Amino acid sequence: MVKKPKVASWYDPIIKSHGTPRPLAKNCLAAFCFGGALCAVAQFFQLLISQIAGVSDKDAAAIVMIIVIALAALLTGLGVFDKIAQQVGAGLAVPITGFANSIASSTLEFKSEGYVLGSGCNGFKLAGAVIFFGIGSAVVVALIALILGLV
Amino acid sequence: MSGTIVQQGQSWIFSVPATLIAASAIGGPKEGKGPLGADFDYLFSDNRDGQASFEQMEQRMLQIACEMAIAKAGCVADDIDFFLCGDLLNQITSSGFTARSLARPYFGLFAACATAVEGLILSSLMVASGAAKKTMCAAGSHTCTAERQFRYPNEYGCQKPPQSQYTTTAAGAAIIGNEEGVIKITAATIGRVVDLGITDSFNMGGAMAPAFADTITAHLQQRGVSADYYDLILSGDLGRVGRDIALDLLYRRGIELDERRYIDCGCLIYGDDKAVFAGGSGCGCVASVSFGHIYRRLMAGELNRVLIAATGALLSPTSSQQKQSIPGISHAVALERI
Repeated sequence: MVKKPKVASWYDPIIKSHGTPRPLAKNCLAAFCFGGALCAVAQFFQLLISQIAGVSDKDAAAIVMIIVIALAALLTGLGVFDKIAQQVGAGLAVPITGFANSIASSTLEFKSEGYVLGSGCNGFKLAGAVIFFGIGSAVVVALIALILGLV
Repeated sequence: MSGTIVQQGQSWIFSVPATLIAASAIGGPKEGKGPLGADFDYLFSDNRDGQASFEQMEQRMLQIACEMAIAKAGCVADDIDFFLCGDLLNQITSSGFTARSLARPYFGLFAACATAVEGLILSSLMVASGAAKKTMCAAGSHTCTAERQFRYPNEYGCQKPPQSQYTTTAAGAAIIGNEEGVIKITAATIGRVVDLGITDSFNMGGAMAPAFADTITAHLQQRGVSADYYDLILSGDLGRVGRDIALDLLYRRGIELDERRYIDCGCLIYGDDKAVFAGGSGCGCVASVSFGHIYRRLMAGELNRVLIAATGALLSPTSSQQKQSIPGISHAVALERI
């Protein structure tokens, strides 16, 4: 890992005095509202499915997740997802929609390099990090739990 | 160097200047809808237009730009002594493939978004020095190829900050020769690479503005003219944020640019379109604005003296991921009606 270089001390104040900073408050609010609403709607359908179809809560959750993933992938393919994500940011990135979009967009992107060496090799280009650290941290937590005799 | 070219530091002043014989600009659908839409010679209605990949589309745009420039100059490809071309893709394949079709002696160039002007300067030098009778330079970029190479997949939902720029889908080509003509390439300044330690690859304007200020200062000093000498000074792809920084930097050096006579190609090409954030970028931006809009205004006599200072960010995805700072470069060329 290379150490990040510093901006020249005389130039730093100049660059900071120009341009508009990221609208953090607006972005956070949009993410909170959209992400919250998305989860609330998903929760509603989960309850609805478990009530109407009579499946267990766990199965209803899986069904809803599949639907949300499919919708996110579909919107990615239609070229709409990135436009909504620009507005709501983490509101779409944090729920499972972000993970679905990262795989769908990479798979689509590398179609021009072929199904195997293109989409196949690169589909998890962005999502790979999530899986890598997700599995890695799960192993660490499981080991700690094992050592402490919690399991 | 022959007596027709005077070297002043990092600048060349051409006393027997080469002529910009013809120029062409090609754009994509978004560029066509912008305020310069009417200044393009050809506009594609689709970013892929039936091609198998975006990369092939980029090459096709370059090819059409070259073919149109040749047709406008009233010559054939075989009349071109040397062809200079560049783009943003790895190993500048769009340019190499275009040169393959043209089958003319070829120099591949890379100066990121400053490539078109680098090509124009070298083409003019060849002609003015007598090393060539007729040369062609071209550059092009495509938003979908640049985005996937430098950033993320096109459909990835990444929230971009306000200072980010949008790569232009466009190409431009120009033919330079030793014959008579309206527009002459009278002077050029070769930029030094300037790096003030910016690592944020979304802030290209901030990374390149110091190089622009450096080149403008050198050009005005070495040519011995003030900024007022030019009807228009054009920076290539600093965007709105970089343009403000450039004005500030030059002001601190005692050079006050008249805001009405200093425009940035990146701000010009999309107007006030908020979807492009701080403006356009990419080799195709300065190429299509210079060889389309500016060329037409010079030909029509609306402008007499224009200084185009294109700016390029010499980073790669690897250097960026390894947290290297972004070196900037700016090459300037003076176009004048004589």
